[in-house]
Amino acid sequence: MIAVEHLSKSFGGNQVLKDIDEHIYPGEKVVIIGPSGSGKSTFLRCLNLLEVPTSGKVIFEGTVVNDPKTDINAVRRQMGMVFQHFNLFNNLNIRKNITLAPVQTKLMSQEEADETALKLLDRVGLKDRAEAYPAQLSGGQKQRIAIVRALAMRPKVMLFDEPTSALDPEMVGEVLDVMKELADEGMTMVVVTHEMGFAREVGSRVLFMDGGNILEQNEPHEFFAHPKEPRTIEFLSKVL
Amino acid sequence: MDILNWFASFGDKLFKAFLYEDRWKFYLDGLGVTISITLGAIIISTVFGMVLCLMKLSKRKILHVPAAVYIDIIRGIPMVVQLLIMYNVILLHVTDNKMIVAILAFGLNSSAYMAEIYRSGINAVDKGQTEAGRSLGLNQAQTMWHIIFPQALKNCLPTYTSEFIVLVKETAVVGYIAMVDLTKVYSSIQSKTYDAAGPLFIIAVMYFCITKVLAILFAHMERRLQSSDRR
Repeated sequence: MIAVEHLSKSFGGNQVLKDIDEHIYPGEKVVIIGPSGSGKSTFLRCLNLLEVPTSGKVIFEGTVVNDPKTDINAVRRQMGMVFQHFNLFNNLNIRKNITLAPVQTKLMSQEEADETALKLLDRVGLKDRAEAYPAQLSGGQKQRIAIVRALAMRPKVMLFDEPTSALDPEMVGEVLDVMKELADEGMTMVVVTHEMGFAREVGSRVLFMDGGNILEQNEPHEFFAHPKEPRTIEFLSKVL
Repeated sequence: MDILNWFASFGDKLFKAFLYEDRWKFYLDGLGVTISITLGAIIISTVFGMVLCLMKLSKRKILHVPAAVYIDIIRGIPMVVQLLIMYNVILLHVTDNKMIVAILAFGLNSSAYMAEIYRSGINAVDKGQTEAGRSLGLNQAQTMWHIIFPQALKNCLPTYTSEFIVLVKETAVVGYIAMVDLTKVYSSIQSKTYDAAGPLFIIAVMYFCITKVLAILFAHMERRLQSSDRR
């Protein structure tokens, strides 16, 4: 579904991603873990071109995402993204937050979008907040709505960039629950996270990144039980 | 008793400066000129300032450089000098209409400041808002229009208000091209009454009233725009 070929990314003289090759297959739940500064978020942000790769290719269903001739907006409509800091549109109420993109991109009429929004909000238990503004919501509520907003575009893959890192501990569960549900429905997901429990339970594959490389990967049970690389062992001993 | 006498004579001066021989009509005319120039200029700068701002924010050099140079030059030259250049050089053979000259001079000057006001308002919107818009497949223009501008507007309203108020007061220099605005009324009254205090006091109060009304109007607007911040 997503192919990454020789992907490198530098900020100034600082090389953050070093010649990464990777495949993400339909239905997979790829969980990316690693220390901060390892390039996890940059890798994820290269997938929908929020960061422009310095060299290499990102290919989404046969389209080279980072080709200047590609209609990047059309690609992004099929890739939902959830951010660490939610990034709900502060000037719009929740219903408008969710319906803006589907309506503007002519995916749906306003009525269809409203209906979709209410259905999705109902699923995450926030139907009654449709007319509220982001500033009136808790972090957990904001993040659940951010997920719903991305889902309203009916994406083929969902990218999560540390979705629970900015949340109060008591709100992490409600967001992870929504993500688990999404995973159970068969959504293809790429998740950068520090939640090892989620990686183990929901992930179909865990990637460990350090220093701009994918150092090790495996299915979660094997990954956590028998890590091979010394750096992975060291990292896991600190976080588990 | 001295104080009472002073008030009595000041009252007399005010009477001579304002009511006697219908002199208030001079002020009204002057006020009209001041307000016309200000309104004409603010319309130009509100629109042209936005154009300059978008040009300066552009990554394309052909747009960015001219805007940056324009803003730099305008901000580096005194308003009076710009007004004189507009009147005596640029529009010398184009128009005799001083109102047009003044509106253009003040409008083009204020645009440079407006551009920077807009730019700081846009830059103050969290980058995550743009990223969220773009990640949903909205294009640059849609993201700007629906998400960034409404939030930037709220950010720049207070500085927009002060620029508006500065503009009202700056028009006081149009006497340099022999326009009779509110400030210049002083000369014509003073030459009749040989008193400076009366007309100056009246003019000062009138300027204060205009700027105060503006400030109240925009403060009200600000409060209404804050509806999305309520908790």
